[in-house]
Amino acid sequence: MCQCNCEEPKSNEALELEKVYVKYEGKKGALIPVLQAAQDIYGYLPAEVLKDISARLRIPVSKIYGVVTFYAQFHLNPRGRNIVRVCLGTACHVRGGAKIAEAVTKAIGIKDGETTEDLRYTFESVACLGACGLAPVMMVNDETHGRLTPDKIAALLEKYE
Amino acid sequence: MQLYRGHVLVCGGTGCVSSGSKKIQEVMANELTKQNLDKEIKLVETGCHGFCEMGPIVIVYPEGTFYCQVQVDDIAEIVSEHLLKGRIVQRLLFKAPVTEEQVPSYKDIAFYKKQHRVVLRNCGHIDPEHIQEYIAREGYEGLAKVLTTMTPQQVVDEMKKSGLRGRGGGGFPTGLKWEFASKSPGPKKYIICNADEGDPGAFMDRSVLEGDPHSLLEGMLIGAYAIGADEGYIYVRAEYPLAIKRLKVAIAQAEELGLLGDNIMGTEFSCQLHIKEGAGAFVCGEETALMASIEGSRGMPNPRPPFPAVKGLWEKPSNINNVETYANVPVIFLNGADQFATLGTEKSKGTKVFALTGKLRNTGLAEVPMGIALREIIFEIGGGIMDDKKFKAVQIGGPSGGCIPEQHLDTPVDYDSLIALGAMMGSGGLVVMDETSCMVDVARFFLNFTQKESCGKCTPCREGTKRMLEILQKICDGKGVPEDITTLETLGAVIKNTALCGLGQTAPNPVLATLRYFRHEYEAHINDKKCPAGVCSALLEYKIVADNCKGCGACARVCPAGAITGEKKEPHEIDTSKCIKCGSCIEKCKFNAIVKG
Repeated sequence: MCQCNCEEPKSNEALELEKVYVKYEGKKGALIPVLQAAQDIYGYLPAEVLKDISARLRIPVSKIYGVVTFYAQFHLNPRGRNIVRVCLGTACHVRGGAKIAEAVTKAIGIKDGETTEDLRYTFESVACLGACGLAPVMMVNDETHGRLTPDKIAALLEKYE
Repeated sequence: MQLYRGHVLVCGGTGCVSSGSKKIQEVMANELTKQNLDKEIKLVETGCHGFCEMGPIVIVYPEGTFYCQVQVDDIAEIVSEHLLKGRIVQRLLFKAPVTEEQVPSYKDIAFYKKQHRVVLRNCGHIDPEHIQEYIAREGYEGLAKVLTTMTPQQVVDEMKKSGLRGRGGGGFPTGLKWEFASKSPGPKKYIICNADEGDPGAFMDRSVLEGDPHSLLEGMLIGAYAIGADEGYIYVRAEYPLAIKRLKVAIAQAEELGLLGDNIMGTEFSCQLHIKEGAGAFVCGEETALMASIEGSRGMPNPRPPFPAVKGLWEKPSNINNVETYANVPVIFLNGADQFATLGTEKSKGTKVFALTGKLRNTGLAEVPMGIALREIIFEIGGGIMDDKKFKAVQIGGPSGGCIPEQHLDTPVDYDSLIALGAMMGSGGLVVMDETSCMVDVARFFLNFTQKESCGKCTPCREGTKRMLEILQKICDGKGVPEDITTLETLGAVIKNTALCGLGQTAPNPVLATLRYFRHEYEAHINDKKCPAGVCSALLEYKIVADNCKGCGACARVCPAGAITGEKKEPHEIDTSKCIKCGSCIEKCKFNAIVKG
């Protein structure tokens, strides 16, 4: 519940986050799950949200910032609607994963770690998706695509709006 | 209870799902209803069969017929021919490589025949989202025996007798680890599972989590009872969404049946298990870093001692093992430690699951007894090298391991023999490389990975790996000098001896192992400015073989730098000063007229 007596109605996101606080209230090691939930709600971790989490969990912002920047999963900037993860793990490396990454750059015009201006795609490279039997592999959102060749990439990405 | 005359198993592991098995399942269900077979034949979604290369996989019981690379259009035929009329659809059977012989039964395929499945005993055979199927295959019987007939000390002793060693990489005896934790005083202890499978090229833990989650829960509960823990955590990578989902289902079902939670099976023993999603940091596979991460901090390792068994999660005694280790435990208590110890070598008991990847014909998961020769794994189970190329090396143990060349392929595989060869068991990833892989490039690849994942806490790892990587980069770019080799060796030795945790201590291994067995490749890069495998693009030159060139112009059209010229139907030429060595022309040429070297 909001106890600050403010006039402004809370946004839907803030209400969702409130539920998360209630769920983890008083639990040990809550910071990472709260950050994960907050990122699910907002799509990334805006500075105001980090300050809010700091106040609610009574953890300094400096520590939260340290945690957020340590883990690959957390993002401080807005992300695309579709997350393209190209695997550059060992098995994919020896079967031409780098060529897939090049094809992605060619298809959507952004490099590893970038997001398109229309927020349609975010491109990330990852070390292993655990589907090495199908190398080279790429994951778009929660779907894994295997046995890729560079010429399949453009059409495949086109399907994600 | 409904009885069925046959079962159709469709693989629902990540590999097969990405090859389209969800759709296969849907169409199969419709087709069975359409042919009025849905009361006679049961459709089951299973976990991973391990033979991901051949997915989507469909198995029909009672015959045990193994259909591979099944497409949606094949379903109607399987249903009307096999399930209705009893005639096997020959064209969808697995064809043995080389002989091209069709193999009708699951058990006769070379990939499975040589395997001995203990950890993967249920993967691909049961529906992982139904606890009853696990119980029907003697699931939770080991736990029942432990809780009703054994004291915690007896459990520890039995574990020690089994000789099981940690499957996460280090190979520390599990029974001994349990004993340390059980002897630590205190009312509150934790049991932890490391399911942060971060080694690129290893996916056995994922298969167990997705295909047989209850074997992990049962193993953890037995461990909890042995050390006196009443709470536990499973730390899973967030990159494994399906594994997390199946674990959640498994925990809920076990709680409902009283196999997890308070007073398990009506005894005094209680244990709660929680799932913690990792947030993406390779170093969290190190046990002290993993615990820091559960506590909500940056996942940085801490010096040991104190060991987790004395002061672990929230400063309480904790025991931490990985997924494969725990999945072995129920079997040990079901059949007894002596039975378990009949498999394997003197110092490494039981089996090990290897993830076969790279340039192999049959990629997938293979579980074999310890002590088997690498040659058997690679050439018999793995079916040999793709496209009839020549074997060069196999990288074992991921970024912490090393590569092993042809001359050592007959060494029996166990923890100690691999260390003697300069590699390590690691998590069990086997990446096979052929003559087209450059060993300097491979070493650089691994070091680039560990360097990026270094947490930065200790200097040898943070600075040392960076310097090593710079030198490797220089060599790949053709700017290496002869002293670089000794510098790499010195730096590698210092980092191994002084880094704080396992990540740093093993990071130089891929470089040192390639220097040991493939020094000539380093020398070729440095002295002759050549990359013998034709990988390092700075050291390559592309040429057109005039005799093979038909003058079709396909290469010239695709060249982004406009470096290829020539008259139509006449041999073309590459202007090496313009060539950016992207390799597009080689991919386009249908006549093998372009070579690099």
